[in-house]
Amino acid sequence: MTMTEQRPTTVIGKALLRKEDPALLTGEAQYTSDLKIPGALHLAVLRSPYAHARITRVDVSGAAAMPGVVAAYSGKDLQSMWAAPMPCAWPVTKDMKNPAHHPIAVDKVCYVGDGVAAVLATSDAAARDALEAIQVDYAPLPAVVDLEHALADTTVIHESLGTNVSYTWPLLIEEKPGQVDEAMRSATYVVKQRYVQQRLIPMAMEPRAVAAVPQPFGGDITLYSATQVPHILKVMTAITVGIPEHQVRVVAPAVGGGFGSKLNVYAEELLCTALARRHGCPVRWVEERTENAQATIHGRGQIQDVELAADAQGKFVAMRVRLIGDMGAYLQLVTPGVPLLGAFLYAGVYDLPKAFDFSCTSVFTTMTPTDAYRGAGRPEATYAIERTVDVLARKMGLDPAELRRRNYIRRAQFPYTAFSGLTYDSGDHEAAAAKALALVDYDGVRARQKTQNVKGAAKRIGVGMTSYFEMCGLAPSRVLASLNYGAGGWEAATVRVLPTNKVQVVTGTSPHGQGHETAWSQIAAEKLGVAVEDVDVLHSDTAIAPLGLDTYGSRSLPVGGVAIAGACDKVIDKARRIAAHQLECSADDLDFAGGTFSVKGSPDKQMPLAAIAFAAFTAHNLPDGLEPNLEAQYTYDPPNFSWPFGTHACVVEVDVETGQVQVLKYVAVDDCGVQINPLIVEGQVHGGVVQGLAQALYEEAVYDSDGNLKTSNLAEYLVPAACDVPPITTAHTVTPSPTNQLGVKGVGEAGTIGAASTVINAVVDALAGLGVVDVPMPASPQTVWNAIRGAQGGAR
Amino acid sequence: MATGRIKVSITVNGAATSGEVEARTLLVHYIREHLGLTGTNVGCDTSSCGACTVHLDGEAAKSCTILAAQADGGSVTTIEGLAKGGEMHPMQKAFMENHGLQCGYCTPGMVMAAIGLLNENPKPTEEEVRVGLEGNLCRCTGYHNIVKSVLAAAGTK
Repeated sequence: MTMTEQRPTTVIGKALLRKEDPALLTGEAQYTSDLKIPGALHLAVLRSPYAHARITRVDVSGAAAMPGVVAAYSGKDLQSMWAAPMPCAWPVTKDMKNPAHHPIAVDKVCYVGDGVAAVLATSDAAARDALEAIQVDYAPLPAVVDLEHALADTTVIHESLGTNVSYTWPLLIEEKPGQVDEAMRSATYVVKQRYVQQRLIPMAMEPRAVAAVPQPFGGDITLYSATQVPHILKVMTAITVGIPEHQVRVVAPAVGGGFGSKLNVYAEELLCTALARRHGCPVRWVEERTENAQATIHGRGQIQDVELAADAQGKFVAMRVRLIGDMGAYLQLVTPGVPLLGAFLYAGVYDLPKAFDFSCTSVFTTMTPTDAYRGAGRPEATYAIERTVDVLARKMGLDPAELRRRNYIRRAQFPYTAFSGLTYDSGDHEAAAAKALALVDYDGVRARQKTQNVKGAAKRIGVGMTSYFEMCGLAPSRVLASLNYGAGGWEAATVRVLPTNKVQVVTGTSPHGQGHETAWSQIAAEKLGVAVEDVDVLHSDTAIAPLGLDTYGSRSLPVGGVAIAGACDKVIDKARRIAAHQLECSADDLDFAGGTFSVKGSPDKQMPLAAIAFAAFTAHNLPDGLEPNLEAQYTYDPPNFSWPFGTHACVVEVDVETGQVQVLKYVAVDDCGVQINPLIVEGQVHGGVVQGLAQALYEEAVYDSDGNLKTSNLAEYLVPAACDVPPITTAHTVTPSPTNQLGVKGVGEAGTIGAASTVINAVVDALAGLGVVDVPMPASPQTVWNAIRGAQGGAR
Repeated sequence: MATGRIKVSITVNGAATSGEVEARTLLVHYIREHLGLTGTNVGCDTSSCGACTVHLDGEAAKSCTILAAQADGGSVTTIEGLAKGGEMHPMQKAFMENHGLQCGYCTPGMVMAAIGLLNENPKPTEEEVRVGLEGNLCRCTGYHNIVKSVLAAAGTK
């Protein structure tokens, strides 16, 4: 079933308050560190103070003798416990280099924060105290913190690989051979820019936490973890620790944000599991913030060289992109795939011919491993094209909004087959842009600039915009196969109508702030005609929801939500057979609306779902061959990605004397297709925008030349506070996705994808009259001040 | 290193509590580990995030920056102490009604800080709310709906 126009609904589309909130607001919700686990030992991990060093000696005997300490281990002591190295599930090329990575380092450390020893004690304090009694001798080696330096292989981090290059992934798409080269030589306009996507630290407010609870005699083990991916973690724990998979249960209790940082399989999860089995008692670990900054994945970390060629009217004719990706010290779960998730989005929302030359070379460095962080590859790509469009517009003397209009894929072109072969499901960029520009008063700002941005002005204003596609709904399994991803992209759901007509929805998605319990209830209530309060959503426990691929990449609704709708359809089909049997009519003669089946033409002959649920339970009078109980399981593998889109715009004021940027107004017009719950959609946009804005203005993981992370806590790493960010004006257009029955597209990453280039475009726009062409991120006062000074040599 | 143990007596959510703790025990650890009240969260180790905000003798305070010993004889309110007779506090209701939370981890501290803010300034402007909550970080909401919640609780919006 597909959808091109929005159908009337009763529950879908309502801004219902969240079911999740009372427990979260009263302290009743249990995060992993809140769980009361009698008899648990506490794990602490000693971490390397060196970015790159050989380990010449580890002596844990001093720690083992400390009060409360039960055991202390070096990496060598634990080496034999692992059935397989730490997993990377995305070998992007056949010859990708992937160094062996163990939960505790054995011979050398490769980043500050790499684990070198582990202690188990009867309290967290005792375990951490004991770390100080461990002696480690290091033979320091040169740090590698610069990507081009890494590429030069002057210091090879993983010697057995012979190089710091993990892989090179090319994608050349041309109608005629040599087309891109030819365009770069002869097109009327060619612009060439370099952008640096600085490293970011996800900084979910809840640090990671783990508790492994074994049954020493039964053999089973339950792993509680602050994770986005309990299902993936279950498989990977079984493989890595060497436990039969059916004996591993993973539970994600309340999880305090993820943003990709909890989409992983971490050393501490494996350590707690393995040590709990070894010691026959529960083992738990709670991350400190400094550990979180050092030993939980970072995001971004790319150098982008972008060339865009256009004809005399500004119509794009070819594009070339060269990336260097910063993998960090090791490959985590999907590290190598992150830059490639953006590969298909470098042409953004524009009608680019088949003239695209992309290549990504990714290198190891002696820094914390990178991996997926909100948007994962797509904010980077969007930033590159949207900044470059502005640079081209300025070169042409054209308004950036007009240049975008000349290149947008038009509404009538959807479904649109892109240069890459991917099909964009639906869109209307001109409408979204028109709405955003009106809300930000684009023409008004342009008029104000004429009087304000004059020679000698202390404060200049600028306006910037971004039109984006968020390729999400990860993902069609066959497409993932073509990208060498190690798993599928389906999602599973079970819908169960209990004898009293209450509904259980079992989902494979695993929320950590997204409000799935509310939104999924709305889907089931809409489909089944029951009250939202009568639906309970079960999730995040592999014993309760055994099938699933979890929550990341804005996939939960367009894959998991659609799976729930599909399971409801199967329940309705079964209910229809029971109703037909009991009403003595043909199943085809029944209408289903508002939770009741009625016979066409005889509306007084009806049977409500409540009666059918009870009949299915008693099984006294069911059609021959029909199984008792009203329950169905459905697994949905999407036929396409989904393509949310929109336009963001903002106005900034830049203090030319100090370089201080103030965002005066931020407008986000997002089209995520049909909205299940507009309140939740709006919240996702707000949070996403601020994360993107924070990349543009505030955040950066700063390493010194010795590989020390200088921003390893929340006093040094600038996560913005309320006073650092503006209110956000949100608006929407609604263009249903034609690829799924709900018409939904997803919204988790849209805000982040749109925001960074919007802000920087506005900053550069404010300073364009001073000759500034680009301002690197984060646009701190000093960086902006330097850009002004560099551009115009004091001629203000 | 482990240090000496001391006795503390603290009224928490109206009930007398006491315990013998290591002298270095922070108030937040006393609340979470000794009393088992885990609604108060720990989000950082630099007193930056405010997730651990409680009320000490009527004022919002970060319980990770106070030793349990310093709170000896004092009165503490945690997030668990706000709801009365099964009814959430107006600030909790305002957060729910305005979608002022997502993952919920910063929320107990944010709610306690917001109540403290209104105690000092019952009718704040939007700007005053933003500045007043500077010590509490949220990674999910972008603050927009948190500010809206506090203004709603104040009756100024």
